[in-house]
Amino acid sequence: MHHATLNPIGQKIIDITSQDTSLCYQCGKCSAGCPLRDFMEVPPNRIIRYLQLGLYDLALTSSTIWLCAGCQTCTSRCPKNFEIAKLMDALREVCIEEGIEPKDKKVLKFHKAFLKQIKSYGRSFELGMVGDYKLSTGDLFQDLGLAPETLNKGKMAFKPHKIKDKEKIQNIFNKSMKRDKK
Amino acid sequence: MIFGYYPGCSLHGTAKEFDLSLKEVLKVLNVNLNEINDWCCCGASSAHAMSYILSVALPARNLLLAKHQGIQNVVAPCAACYNRLKVSQHELKFDEKMRMKVEEVLEEKITNGVEILNLIELFQKIGSEKIKTAIKINLKEFKAACYYGCLLVRPHDILKFDDPENPSSMEEILLITGAKPVEWNYKVECCGASHSIDHTEIVELLSKKILDDAIKHGANVIVVACPMCHSNLDMRQKNILKKYPEQKEIPILYLTQLMGLSLGLNYRDLGLHLHYINPVPMIEENIKAEEVAI
Repeated sequence: MHHATLNPIGQKIIDITSQDTSLCYQCGKCSAGCPLRDFMEVPPNRIIRYLQLGLYDLALTSSTIWLCAGCQTCTSRCPKNFEIAKLMDALREVCIEEGIEPKDKKVLKFHKAFLKQIKSYGRSFELGMVGDYKLSTGDLFQDLGLAPETLNKGKMAFKPHKIKDKEKIQNIFNKSMKRDKK
Repeated sequence: MIFGYYPGCSLHGTAKEFDLSLKEVLKVLNVNLNEINDWCCCGASSAHAMSYILSVALPARNLLLAKHQGIQNVVAPCAACYNRLKVSQHELKFDEKMRMKVEEVLEEKITNGVEILNLIELFQKIGSEKIKTAIKINLKEFKAACYYGCLLVRPHDILKFDDPENPSSMEEILLITGAKPVEWNYKVECCGASHSIDHTEIVELLSKKILDDAIKHGANVIVVACPMCHSNLDMRQKNILKKYPEQKEIPILYLTQLMGLSLGLNYRDLGLHLHYINPVPMIEENIKAEEVAI
C-alpha cells in the first residue's frame, strides 16, 4: 500500500482497518447520507482527506470521530467499498492509545462507564453505568425525571447480574487492551 | 423446534418486554429456546469504539460457549447483539491475523459453524404457514411503520440480510397478522443509538424525524426489532412530546408484541405495560372489544 507518509499513527490506522485511504476519490457520498453530519465539526469525507494528506492530528482531534454513531450508512454506500465506520473506530482507538484528549469528552466517558460494568460483571449494569457516567460528567440531574418510572417498571436492576466466569472476562479485557497498546 | 438463545443484556433490563413477548409467542408456536450458559455482553456499541480486538473477542466467547453446548443456530433478537456476533464471526473467518490475536486473548482455538439468526430470520425459519394457523385476531386496523434501524441490515456485505436501503422482510412477517405496513422513508435511518446518554438532544432530533415520517405516512404504530431503537423512539418520545406541543403520540411495539396480540395473548404477558408511551389506547381503538383476550 502506498501512503503519503509512513507515520506510525498512519500505520496503526492501516493495521486496524486493513484499508488504504488513498483509494477514496472524495465523492462525498458518505457525508451526504450521514445522519450525524449536521452535528459534526467536519464531514466524514474530510476526515479521509486529512488521512490522505497525512494530517493525522486534524483527524484525531476532530469531534467528528466521536459523533459517528456507527450506523454504517457510509460503509454500505461507499462506491469503493471503503469501511468508513470501521475507520472511525480505528481513529477513536488510536486517540485512546495515544492519550489524545477527545474534543467531545462525553462520548468517551459513556463508553468507559459502559465497559467498566462489563469488565466487572460480564454483563451490562445500567444503574452502575448511569451512576459512573454522571459522576464522570458531573451532570447529576440528566434524565432524573425518567428515573422513577424506569425503576418502577423494573427496567433497571438495582443489583448487577454477575456471570460465573468473571475472571475470563477480565482476562479478555486485559489482554485485548494490552495487545492494542503494543 | 429448538434454537439456541443469546438474549443479550438489554433483554434482561431495559428491553425485558422484548424477552417476555418473544418467549410467550414462541410458547404458542411450540418453539423452544436453549439459552447459552453464562453468556456475556457482546460489547455493544462501546467495545468497537475503544478496542477492535475486544469487540471481536467478546462475541467470539459467546459463540464458542454456544458451540460447546451443542447449539447449531443461535437467535439474537437484539439487533445490536446480532450485528456484533455476525461481525465477529466474519472477522474471525476472513482475517487470519485477527483470528490469531483473538485466539491468544481467549486462550482457545476458534472453530466456527454456529449460525446466527436475527428475529426476522427466526420467524422465517418457523415459517408463515405455522404462524398463520395460530393467529386468532386479525390486526387489520393496525397501520404499521416497520422500522429496521441500522444494525439489522448494515453492513450488508457481512450480514447479507435483506436489502440495506429498502428492506421488506419485516413487512412480510407483519402481513401474517393482518396488519397493514405503510410505505415510508425512514425505515433504515439512524436514531442516534448510544448517543442517547451522551448527546440526548441529538437523539431526540433524529428520533423526531423518524416519528414524524411514520405519522406523515399514515402509521398508527411503529414496529421495531431493536432495543436501542425502541428506547430512543419510546422513552425519548416523552421529552419530544414535551418540547413540541404539536407532536402527535405514536406507540412503539416490538414485532414480537404485535405478533403476540394477533395470537390472542394478554397485554401483561406481552409486557405492554412496560412502555413509556402507553400503547393500550391505540390497541383498544383498533381491535374490537370482543376480540381482546384479557
